[in-house]
Amino acid sequence: MGEHETAATALQRTPLFERHQALGARLVEFGGWEMPVQYSGIIEEHRAVRERAGLFDVSHMGEFRITGSGALAFLQSLVPNDVSKLAINQALYTQLCLPTGGTVDDLLIYHLGTDDYMAVVNAGTMPKDWAWFTEHAAAHADVTLRNDSATTGLIALQGPAAQRILQPLTTTDLHTIAYYHCQPGTVSGIECLISRTGYTGEDGFELYCSAGQVGALWDALLAAGRPEGLLPAGLGARDTLRLEAGYCLYGHELTEDITPLEAGLGWSVKLNKESDFIGRQALLDEKQHGLKRKLVGIVLRDRGIPRAGYAIMREGERIGEVTSGTMCPTLEQAVALGYVPPDAAAPGTQLAIEIRGKPVAAEVVTLPFYKRAK
Amino acid sequence: MSSAIPGDLKYGETDEWVRVDGDEATIGISDYAQNELGDVVYLDLPWDDAGSRTIKAGDHIGDIESVKATSPLFSPVSGLILKVNESLRDQPESVNSEPYGKGWLLVIRLSDPSELDKLMDAAAYEAFIQTRKQ
Repeated sequence: MGEHETAATALQRTPLFERHQALGARLVEFGGWEMPVQYSGIIEEHRAVRERAGLFDVSHMGEFRITGSGALAFLQSLVPNDVSKLAINQALYTQLCLPTGGTVDDLLIYHLGTDDYMAVVNAGTMPKDWAWFTEHAAAHADVTLRNDSATTGLIALQGPAAQRILQPLTTTDLHTIAYYHCQPGTVSGIECLISRTGYTGEDGFELYCSAGQVGALWDALLAAGRPEGLLPAGLGARDTLRLEAGYCLYGHELTEDITPLEAGLGWSVKLNKESDFIGRQALLDEKQHGLKRKLVGIVLRDRGIPRAGYAIMREGERIGEVTSGTMCPTLEQAVALGYVPPDAAAPGTQLAIEIRGKPVAAEVVTLPFYKRAK
Repeated sequence: MSSAIPGDLKYGETDEWVRVDGDEATIGISDYAQNELGDVVYLDLPWDDAGSRTIKAGDHIGDIESVKATSPLFSPVSGLILKVNESLRDQPESVNSEPYGKGWLLVIRLSDPSELDKLMDAAAYEAFIQTRKQ
């Protein structure tokens, strides 16, 4: 019974691995990494992030540094969002697309300085993304790429108490860092890039530092946060939190067969930006001819838990598939993300999800499932 | 992490426990199993079958849903389903908090009590868990 962990052969570990073990974490394989899925329990950790704060080790993520006078032109040719709009110390969310418009990965790009950018990519896709970056950079003059994934540590401090916990540890005035902005600074004496970003639907920070110092940073944040009710939180809570917030997870809502437009990420796709980019023509065509399917939020109206791969039905006919599903700890409701034809995508549409051969009543709702009060 | 393994119960290889009282057997999942599953949020049990359905040892009789995953539930014994724990409809978390108490799943009237001899006692089950951890 349960998910038995596969033999841990050649799994990678972050510099915080021993700390996770000492905290009693349950460790699982994720994208080639041995990572904590939970410490005290997914629901408890999820609620800590919604109500107070949670601390996540996301050092498995990949970081690429892109520098040189050709860096901006290169990035503009690579991603659908408009990197030219970024001020220094600002970040944006975007994707890497295939010529077909399918998604190679989704990522953040930070503008760190003149001709100086950092891309943050998913752990499981990092090698593929690095190959994609290096292959396409070859056609650009004056671009230098450096893969900093192994030497960079990354901790996410998320939740309404995040700023209250972090502020005493830094001289940087955190009020001056707006959402999707960053500043270099020190936290507990450790040099960090302090970024106001996250993947939970709460306020919070992501702190980039050297891999050698991420352990000391983790210890300092945990000690400062405990009195505020902070809990270490694993990938299990990270998944339920992002799902409630309606964020895509690569490999589920986004794949090489799914375009960002289908995934509802049109806000991040700038088809009219000055530069051409890989996938632009396909995305233009798709927009012109109409989407074949759309990502929707679905809530169950009867009992059951939807899971990735389950069929979405309308009047007895299979019309799509669930890409992620769970029981939402905050909403205490079973929810799913999945793809359906556009004529079934309007909120209020009555559908069913097939769970072990039985249709369970469900309804399309407006995303996100959860939005924090401002 | 060590798990509670009460000495007065029998255990199946798919982590069910069996408490025998005359010809009736109460079935649940072990502390080890609930810990492996994590937070239980829903159980799909044979709610409408009490008093009417006969099952065989090894039959798939339901599913346990944790936040992360779905796990099938198998009956360790054969017999007639007498009761299904209705309180789990609204309090599935009892399976985590009291796996040997309020978190019981079913009561079955045994049709073949000799099946109990094939189940593990607490010491054997503990050894069984240890071998799986390696």
